[in-house]
Amino acid sequence: MTPLSGYLLVAALLFSIGLAGALTRRNAILVLIGIELMLNAANLNLIAFWRYGPHPERLTGMIFAIFSIAVAAAEAAVGLGLVIQIHRHAKTTDLDAMNRMKG
Amino acid sequence: MSFVFYLLTALMVAGALAAVLLKNTVHCALALTVVSTGTALLFLNLDAQFAGLAEFMVYVGAVAILVVFAILLTKGSETPKDGVFSRTWLVGLVIAAAVFAVLGWAVMGSVKVLPHEAAVPDVSVLQIGNALVGRYVLPLEIVAVLLTAAMIGAVIVALHERPDQEKEEPK
Repeated sequence: MTPLSGYLLVAALLFSIGLAGALTRRNAILVLIGIELMLNAANLNLIAFWRYGPHPERLTGMIFAIFSIAVAAAEAAVGLGLVIQIHRHAKTTDLDAMNRMKG
Repeated sequence: MSFVFYLLTALMVAGALAAVLLKNTVHCALALTVVSTGTALLFLNLDAQFAGLAEFMVYVGAVAILVVFAILLTKGSETPKDGVFSRTWLVGLVIAAAVFAVLGWAVMGSVKVLPHEAAVPDVSVLQIGNALVGRYVLPLEIVAVLLTAAMIGAVIVALHERPDQEKEEPK
């Protein structure tokens, strides 16, 4: 197994665990944690391809990963703000209990 | 593959499983910090020092604190009586397993050797800074606007509505 495929397999495993968490948990915050795990896996892929790709001095994968981290921070802030507002409105963060579009 | 890689991989997989499986939400948030630390250390292992430190500061320093605050504000640490998994957990598990199977199949069937596997890239922070304000200056500005808009939006969304404002609305 080459180093690159090792890192890609770890990223795939991390992504799948995050996806399983996002799809199976009831608490909305835990779903967001699963999405963060998936974003971590994507960043790991970007850095691994940057390191083992043909032109690491052009920094494409590294800069992509840095921007991805910034977007993940924005996503977490907005998502958790929405969860707090939904909890204030519906008095729950249980996704199975949120089955109405009407307020 | 080095010993450090296997050690970090074991740490990250254990942390990810803990973040997904544990009952207490606060424990899940702590497991998320373990996974983020493992990812940052893997970045350092891949000679990406700047990205590793950025990952560590943003995920462990900011996102984990945000998650813990959200848990405190929503009383999410109380374990619900009827289980922590949703009714359709089996479907989600099957989808995740299928995704892992496809990704693993694609990785194992890919080209075995890339040309620059042995050469260690020599990248300084100065080069990253020059790239950020040179070639990538437009994405940098867009990310700055995005972060500002997201923070203002998050504050506005999470603002507490005062009851007297609600009374005035239906005139």
